[in-house]
Amino acid sequence: MSLINFNKTVIKNLFSKPATRKYPFEPKEYPERTRGHVVNDMDVCVLCGLCSIKCPTHAITVDKAEKTWSIRPMSCIQCRCCVDNCPKKCLSMDTHFTEPGSEKITKTFHQSEKAIAAQEALMKAAKERAAAAAAAKAAAAANAQPAANAQPAAPAGGAQPAATEKKDN
Amino acid sequence: MSTRSVIPFGPQHPVLPEPIHLDLVLEDEKVVQAIPSIGFIHRGLEKLVDKKDFQEMVYVAERICGICSMGHGLGYCDAVEHIMDVEIPDRAKYLRTILSELSRVHSHMLWLGLLADAFGFESLYMECWRIREEVLDMFEIATGGRVIFSVMKIGGLRRDLPDDMLKDFRGRLDKIEEQLNEVSKPFFNDVAVKNRLVGVGILTPEKADLLGTAGPFLRASGIARDIRSTKGYCAYDQIEFEPIISTQCDSYARTEVRIKEIYQAIDIIRQCIDKIPQGAVETPIKGFPNGEWMTRIEQPRGEALYYVKANGTKFIDRMRVRTPTFANIPALVEVMAGCELADVPILVLTIDPCISCTER
Repeated sequence: MSLINFNKTVIKNLFSKPATRKYPFEPKEYPERTRGHVVNDMDVCVLCGLCSIKCPTHAITVDKAEKTWSIRPMSCIQCRCCVDNCPKKCLSMDTHFTEPGSEKITKTFHQSEKAIAAQEALMKAAKERAAAAAAAKAAAAANAQPAANAQPAAPAGGAQPAATEKKDN
Repeated sequence: MSTRSVIPFGPQHPVLPEPIHLDLVLEDEKVVQAIPSIGFIHRGLEKLVDKKDFQEMVYVAERICGICSMGHGLGYCDAVEHIMDVEIPDRAKYLRTILSELSRVHSHMLWLGLLADAFGFESLYMECWRIREEVLDMFEIATGGRVIFSVMKIGGLRRDLPDDMLKDFRGRLDKIEEQLNEVSKPFFNDVAVKNRLVGVGILTPEKADLLGTAGPFLRASGIARDIRSTKGYCAYDQIEFEPIISTQCDSYARTEVRIKEIYQAIDIIRQCIDKIPQGAVETPIKGFPNGEWMTRIEQPRGEALYYVKANGTKFIDRMRVRTPTFANIPALVEVMAGCELADVPILVLTIDPCISCTER
């Protein structure tokens, strides 16, 4: 009596394929949303550093002087926080997991020449815009109050730090 | 009176990977008394509120347990949302309900497999875990993780589940239900299974109530207490369901309650997929939490409590989690007095112990 309950399953299992996958020969196909590891497109990255601020395990380091972006894969918990907060959308989540390793490594990526050139061009344009704006403001102030000499100097002085700040970014 | 002897059970024991230690006082083969001790896997996760800000704590809360990872994230987020007075969108409520019911299905399938393994029915154990694997695949499709989902966020959910994905889930759940019909037959009808479970570890309703038992362990003693039916969180106020109880009060009743809860969870997911509204899944939050709140949620293993106290800064003051296993240990000690030594592994399993949750 008791055997009848499980018979159908047993017979089905005798004539069906195994439920498991023969792993190294049949690699797993991951779904689209699988969080495997973080990939950074260094052609687009501007090294803003938001990912390293948002990372809950501090696995990401951004060095603006050296122009590098580095990640410690052993510390990364694949939470996808950096990908969600990336303003340039250069970070993405690969569906495959990183290879196992015996030591804790840091993977460092250099910002590509293309990205550096693009960023410098942007900086230059921003700087020119800031300078033009400051000049226009100074001219406007000079037109409005030609008698006061101290007045035009103040807005020009105020615009100067803004421009250098942009350069830092 | 025969001589008494004390034998240790755990923290390392073949039947149970969870580190609970029991000193069993035996009189021949009968257990006279069981003295539990825990504290082998304390990780100090609650203390991390000093180092991780309130949004990063979601990731820590999810990692309290690998099986009820969804529930812990949900409980913590729910408490902080109440403190910050954030109303999450309806779609997020429904999605949270779907995901937490899916995690109930996988947790109960895991438990059924472990129980089958404990009474020596290996092929049944493998069958249960094969079905559970399909639920884990659904989690991977929906959230990107099989165990740690990282989908919970204060103010809603981090990712939406599109409607075609939910439709696909419906088909998958139909298949799972079909397979479950086959797998539950031996649990309900098999003589060998009944011999191991019927009449073992009887917990009377009075004792269950007195000892503060929670979850399926309590409902198997005939008390219909289910936090979901208080309709205090997620979308359970829109869903029709009744707490499942059994009045036999033994290990067989606990198995029955859990199998029926899998069917109930599948039914709740279907209702959610039918009723789910369109819209955003996240409410943006502003500022830092200030105040305190206690949330109760029904995890697969039973009622869990989350207490959060915040002080208006980035870091919250205190987080406290009371897990269902902690509430069930007194009742476990109670049912063990008078049982056979051979039944001890089954009794420990019937509370569905998760010691890693209990000690955090």
